[in-house]
Amino acid sequence: MPEPVASSIEALGPPEIRLCILSQPRLLGAVRSLLESFAERIGFCGRGCSELMLAVDEALTNIIRHGYDHAPDCRIWMSLRALKTPRPGIRVEIEDHQRTFDPEDLPDRDLDEVRPGGLGVHLMRSVTHLCRHEPREEGGMRLVIEKFCEDEGEGDHPATSDASTASREDPT
Amino acid sequence: MPGDRMTIDERTVGESIVVAPVGDVDLSRSPQLQAKLAEVLARRPARIVVDLSKVPYMDSSGVATLVQGLQHCQKAGCELVIGALHPKVRSIFEIAKLTEIFRIVDDIESGD
Repeated sequence: MPEPVASSIEALGPPEIRLCILSQPRLLGAVRSLLESFAERIGFCGRGCSELMLAVDEALTNIIRHGYDHAPDCRIWMSLRALKTPRPGIRVEIEDHQRTFDPEDLPDRDLDEVRPGGLGVHLMRSVTHLCRHEPREEGGMRLVIEKFCEDEGEGDHPATSDASTASREDPT
Repeated sequence: MPGDRMTIDERTVGESIVVAPVGDVDLSRSPQLQAKLAEVLARRPARIVVDLSKVPYMDSSGVATLVQGLQHCQKAGCELVIGALHPKVRSIFEIAKLTEIFRIVDDIESGD
């Protein structure tokens, strides 16, 4: 499967939706509802839609828990863009002003090790076509997630396709 | 904010105590499920069944809660079973390979 990564951010234009939320777990459900509605209009359904919500939810959860250490008054910015090529999809950018970190240091645990915790990064990478952390010029981190519609139920799933590993890398 | 807390039903089926959360299990609600499992385990049942038929969404914090619950149950000599997995949650179980460590039953009443 060719790497389904969108063109440069300049070519994408402004996001259709941009929002700012406080770092509070009780708001996660509202964000999922918004994302689900937007994704369904693009063409996501079923498992693909659930996976997209999971990836974004895990990203926000990681920021709240590890980036902001559960402080409830920090800000998280999220923007949503519809993608058209190579097939309908969605690009989500999530930004924060937590301390910067090296994405190489993110734990991606061995699933054969049975223990609670440490699953979030693995889940995000498993269900998306692109999952890339990068530092923001103004401080903090930016996470770029891209996911494209698939033929539901036909098994062309990022977690199991051969392209899943390569597609997680920087497309530039 | 309304919706922060979820309902967690409980019933007894034979030697099992069935714990049935209702609604999404995410970072805001996992602690509630964690506390419920600990409270039920303290009663020393032979088996705890977590009925997920009314949980349409679960994130990694919910998964971590279940894995922790499994470990606590194993130490206490209690079996932890996942029952009636919602289709939308099954995928996260598969990705996290939880289907290999939990006993998952479709029919809670019969245990099959």
